Amino acid sequence: MTSSAMPPVSPVSEPQAATDAAPGTGPVGTLLTERPPVTATTGPMIAIDDVSKWYGDFQVLTNCTTSVTKGEVVVVCGPSGSGKSTLIKCVNALEPFQKGQITVDGTRVADKKTNLPKLRSRVGMVFQHFELFPHLSITDNLSLAQRKVLGRPKAEAEAKGLALLERVGLKAHAHKFPGQLSGGQQQRVAIARALAMNPIVMLFDEPTSALDPEMVGEVLDVMVELAREGMTMMVVTHEMGFARKVANRVIFMDKGEIVEDAQKEEFFGSPRSERAQTFLSRILSH
Amino acid sequence: MNYNWNWGIFFEASPEGNGTYADMLLSGLMWTIVTALCAWVIAFAVGSVIGVLRTLPGRGAQMVGNAYVELFRNIPLLVQMFLWYFVLPEVLPESWGTWLKQLPNAPFYTAVVCLGFFTASRVAEQVRAGIQALPRGQRMAGTALGLTTAQTYRYVLLPNAYRIILPPLTSEFLNNLKNTSVALTIGLLELTARARAMQEFSFQVFEAFTAATVIYIIINLIVVTVAGVIERRVAVPGR
Ligand SMILES: Nc1ncnc2c1ncn2[C@@H]1O[C@H](COP(=O)(O)OP(=O)(O)OP(=O)(O)O)[C@@H](O)[C@H]1O
Ligand SMILES: [Mg+2]
Repeated sequence: MTSSAMPPVSPVSEPQAATDAAPGTGPVGTLLTERPPVTATTGPMIAIDDVSKWYGDFQVLTNCTTSVTKGEVVVVCGPSGSGKSTLIKCVNALEPFQKGQITVDGTRVADKKTNLPKLRSRVGMVFQHFELFPHLSITDNLSLAQRKVLGRPKAEAEAKGLALLERVGLKAHAHKFPGQLSGGQQQRVAIARALAMNPIVMLFDEPTSALDPEMVGEVLDVMVELAREGMTMMVVTHEMGFARKVANRVIFMDKGEIVEDAQKEEFFGSPRSERAQTFLSRILSH
Repeated sequence: MNYNWNWGIFFEASPEGNGTYADMLLSGLMWTIVTALCAWVIAFAVGSVIGVLRTLPGRGAQMVGNAYVELFRNIPLLVQMFLWYFVLPEVLPESWGTWLKQLPNAPFYTAVVCLGFFTASRVAEQVRAGIQALPRGQRMAGTALGLTTAQTYRYVLLPNAYRIILPPLTSEFLNNLKNTSVALTIGLLELTARARAMQEFSFQVFEAFTAATVIYIIINLIVVTVAGVIERRVAVPGR
């Protein structure tokens, strides 16, 4: 498993020198160049309330209710087709839903008056297949949205991108294009690209499942670091090593329903539902 | 066949009185190139917009895009040329119609507009195909970063789609160039029209059309070469 490849835990407050090495080989340094931006409310960062969604006649999500508080790391797992991707895509309104309500930092995502581009710019998202923009250099991938969405000047956006690139151990690759990087490197760039927008929360949709096994560790290391620095995260993953290490809660989904929503210790110790038990035993036996 | 070959004919004065037959063909070539370039500007701009409309999530936009493509792709170009040139001035309000008919160079403007809108329907098809060939996640990644739909197209989808469709766009450009010859039917003095005139004046039919053919082949080769240069210029490293 990948958990064995991770470096020993070090306290977050300890100052660390930024290095150019791959994160798997040394300390990553701080990923958040600033504290996460001050948020509007004291309520949960993400509140999902009784959400249902249909594709035509097919119900993908059934009465999903959960919430993620500030600084919390929630892992979402479940069998293929259970609606995990759909659920997190509803959070930043990449997918519409027909019933229920989702608020992010107090803003209703399904409200017609909500400025969705602005909301989305505060919610970082990392995809299974990286989705870097292939025609742009790494530098431009990192600065495009900073400039076009946040209106940052070119120099500032590039400096910010470069700083984050250094933090994920890829400073030397700034001038390259996505097609010239390995999968693990591309995914670390994708994380840096999301972080460059100063998000208040990060969503991950199976960030390591398209990677060759030897590259999983370098991406998980960055995510672990991010979690330790207090980022609010919702992570769809089957990497139970990651869940054990940094998750606060684990959500188990099956057939569009949230079957189990428990504290990590509780989930791994004694999952209540039979379906979660079966899933866990299958996934941990690999 | 009793034919008098005369390759020197190109250097003889044409009965039009201003220059040789070669000058006549060259002025035809000039009109062919100018018409093709102007029509392409319209075709590329309109075709991109229509192609994008057909990939937007909204039903209305898709219907407008589909209607445009079906309309302009399914009527023969020659018929479209006649519709624009002979029918349009009659169906417009009278003062507009008169203004159109009296426009200097009316065949040129008509040919540009007609060819532009016709080729646009074909460019639109390519643009749509190019955008739909991109991974779905690209649009999502742009959207998730907070880019608006317009920005996602401008900075993410279109730059990638154009790279994919550069070869088919090149052939659309070549078709557009050759289709300018249809405009001889409305009186545009382009290359084919000039070759025909030369044949009628001089009876040297083989020389006239051999010259026209060679000129068409040369400009096609130039276009293909330029397209190759562009393709190499915009190629993405690592792909
Ligand atoms: N655009 C769509 N149209 C119709 N059905 C869809 C669409 N997208 C997803 N689905 C269906 O919705 C269900 C949930 O899909 P989703 O991608 O959320 O599952 P998932 O839990 O992320 O699965 P995986 O682990 O394979 O990624 C699946 O049965 C899928 O076939
Ligand atoms: Mg999924």
